[in-house]
Amino acid sequence: MQLNLKKNKASKQLLWIGIVSIVMFFGGLTSAYIVRKAEGGWLEFEMPVWFTISTIAIIVSSALLLFAAQNVKSGKSATTLLLGTLFLGILFSYSQIQGWGDLVAQGVYLTGEGSNASGSFIYAITLMHLLHLIGGLVALLITTVKSKQGNYSKDNYLGIQLASIYWHFLGILWLYLFLFFNYS
Amino acid sequence: MSEHHKETFLTKYIFSLDHKMIAKQFLITGMFMGVVGMLMSILFRLQLSNPGESFAVLEFFLGEKWAPGGVLDPNIYLALVTMHGTILIFWVLTAGLTGTFANFLIPLQIGARDMASAFMNMLSYWFFFAATIVLLCSLFVESGPAAAGWTIYPPLSALPQAIPGSGLGQDLWLIAITLFVVSSLLGGLNYIVTILNMRTKGMTMSRLPLTIWALLIVAILGVLSFPVLLSCALLLIFDRSFGTSFYLSDIIINGEALHNTGGSPILFEHLFWFLGHPEVYIILLPALGIVSEVISVNSRKPIFGYKAMVGALILIAFLSFVVWGHHMFITGMDPFLGSVFTFTTLLIAIPSAVKVFNYLATLWRANIRFTPAMLFAIGFVSTFITGGLTGIILGDSALDINVHDTYFVVGHFHIVMGLSAIYGMLAGVYHWFPKMYGRMMNKKLGYFHFWVTFISAYGVFFPMHFLGLAGLPRRYYTNSAFPMFDGLSDINEIITFFAIVGGLVQLLFIFNFFYSIFKGTKATENPWGSNTLEWTTPVERIHGNWPGEIPTVERWAYDYSKPGAEEDFVPQNVPLKEGETEH
Repeated sequence: MQLNLKKNKASKQLLWIGIVSIVMFFGGLTSAYIVRKAEGGWLEFEMPVWFTISTIAIIVSSALLLFAAQNVKSGKSATTLLLGTLFLGILFSYSQIQGWGDLVAQGVYLTGEGSNASGSFIYAITLMHLLHLIGGLVALLITTVKSKQGNYSKDNYLGIQLASIYWHFLGILWLYLFLFFNYS
Repeated sequence: MSEHHKETFLTKYIFSLDHKMIAKQFLITGMFMGVVGMLMSILFRLQLSNPGESFAVLEFFLGEKWAPGGVLDPNIYLALVTMHGTILIFWVLTAGLTGTFANFLIPLQIGARDMASAFMNMLSYWFFFAATIVLLCSLFVESGPAAAGWTIYPPLSALPQAIPGSGLGQDLWLIAITLFVVSSLLGGLNYIVTILNMRTKGMTMSRLPLTIWALLIVAILGVLSFPVLLSCALLLIFDRSFGTSFYLSDIIINGEALHNTGGSPILFEHLFWFLGHPEVYIILLPALGIVSEVISVNSRKPIFGYKAMVGALILIAFLSFVVWGHHMFITGMDPFLGSVFTFTTLLIAIPSAVKVFNYLATLWRANIRFTPAMLFAIGFVSTFITGGLTGIILGDSALDINVHDTYFVVGHFHIVMGLSAIYGMLAGVYHWFPKMYGRMMNKKLGYFHFWVTFISAYGVFFPMHFLGLAGLPRRYYTNSAFPMFDGLSDINEIITFFAIVGGLVQLLFIFNFFYSIFKGTKATENPWGSNTLEWTTPVERIHGNWPGEIPTVERWAYDYSKPGAEEDFVPQNVPLKEGETEH
């Protein structure tokens, strides 16, 4: 038991430090955005409505995941709530891609003639967030399957805890990016 | 916990989970890459001392395409310089140095059976191995390896059509470095978590050996700075491969105007050097840790100012994040901003001086044992001072502008970062070889190796300061195209002579290394009379490190020549005697 606690603590620490390095990665990208914007020649455009839908989806998904974790802690099944989280995660990914479609429809391109760094940054940064989110979806999928198999109990739910930490982080990261794009 | 178990050849040597074996994998891969990188430098040194002359050795290594008639092609010159820098900085002095000693020493010195995640540790090596393969493959592509410098500044790196090396070679470089960063992050995460969680009973943070402190801080630096390099490379890949304009603007190439507008190559430099400067300390700090340990053991004295040493490490690491602008003084930076970066840069002299004075104070009136490891450690102190002093000149924007991008810079960073870190690494190899392989390295060969290396290394890099002060720019293919530099050709010949001598003597070291693995005299459990925990493990390598219980730590690592003790060292697992105080 002592050993298990130590291992749990180490796993969480590992995840947190990993999160710090992801923060540095996005910190690098968004500070590049600020520096480039300050140099001028920057196109202004409307953020796609789909990004707002994404934002709502990911906030609700985080809430569901919170309830899922509470269920497990009190010994109930979390499978349904995990499935809901997973579904909203997929919805988020779908609406991000729709958002890119919206940008293209506005004439904001990633690349080629007429593209501007202001648009390219949005594509690059959201793509990177989405790639990290796919990792989160895989983690959620694994926890959902394990939950269905009854692998979690009141005393053993490290998997759900780790997936939660990462998923909530991705939500907060998106919220930051969303506000950053809209108000910076 | 994983005690020793049966191992097959595959699980023992190839897909090993044992941190000690993974350390050796890093070390030997690093040594191999070191030989490759060093050979490259000798090849381009031949061109720099004898521009346009024919050398059979060039044609032998580079073939008819890159050295027609034995004369070095300008494109391959740029590529060799680029690959030399890349290999030495990332492959040898980052992975080869940290990968080896973090893996080897962290579990052994903190009293753990293995890393927090042995699997991640193995993965870290195999990502590094994949990166190595990709980088080596890039040497053999038709258009040659990357040639935009190890700093891969755009537009040269961003336009595949710019020079031959900007093509496939640059793509492979970027893939290799991405794999490399993944490897470093996996390793770094593991080192931090291991040090924070897996220390044995009694091993408080204030009893940690300085090697572990240095490796911990290096891992933190890596976790914070490598992701920024990745973001920088990501935007570069977008520019190269997808046609975005992050770094590119208004470019006409081969008479054709590109569509890119508004990009800024200076943006690249900001992002790059935000990693690039901490990277310097990622290279240097493990050497500082190793040298602290080796000097203390072989001086038979406690390290002077343990807490100050830890504080200096932390301060250096912190400052390394706020000085990147000193690489960019001539990019049109606002002079006020330049003065801020000058200030932060010169602040680094303070913790560096603390370290140097503490080393000297440890050596002062000590009963020194001049083992090869100790000689290299003292050599480190020497290069850290001589290279550090020119850093004060380069860190000052007003002075830097005069010698920026000249050989002065090349001399400076090769001494303070290259030589220092290599000396630290060699000191570490000589010192921990008995623990790694259970045998001793040949001492006489070690002495010969040290003195020839030491003299020829200064012979190479010291004169470079004069070349730089005379204005000779770095990275130029030929030094003979400008009559004003004709008088410097003798100095260039001296440099190349010493480079060849220094290179050859490393082969002697490699011979000594491999010969001693099989034929060296058998080592005892604690041949140097050291206090740290790794010397309480048996000579035979076992997975799990200690056959029985992990020892408990009762004191700090530096009880050498303690008054009242029977011997001149008291290992960390020996309980305090009655009435004995710590330190």
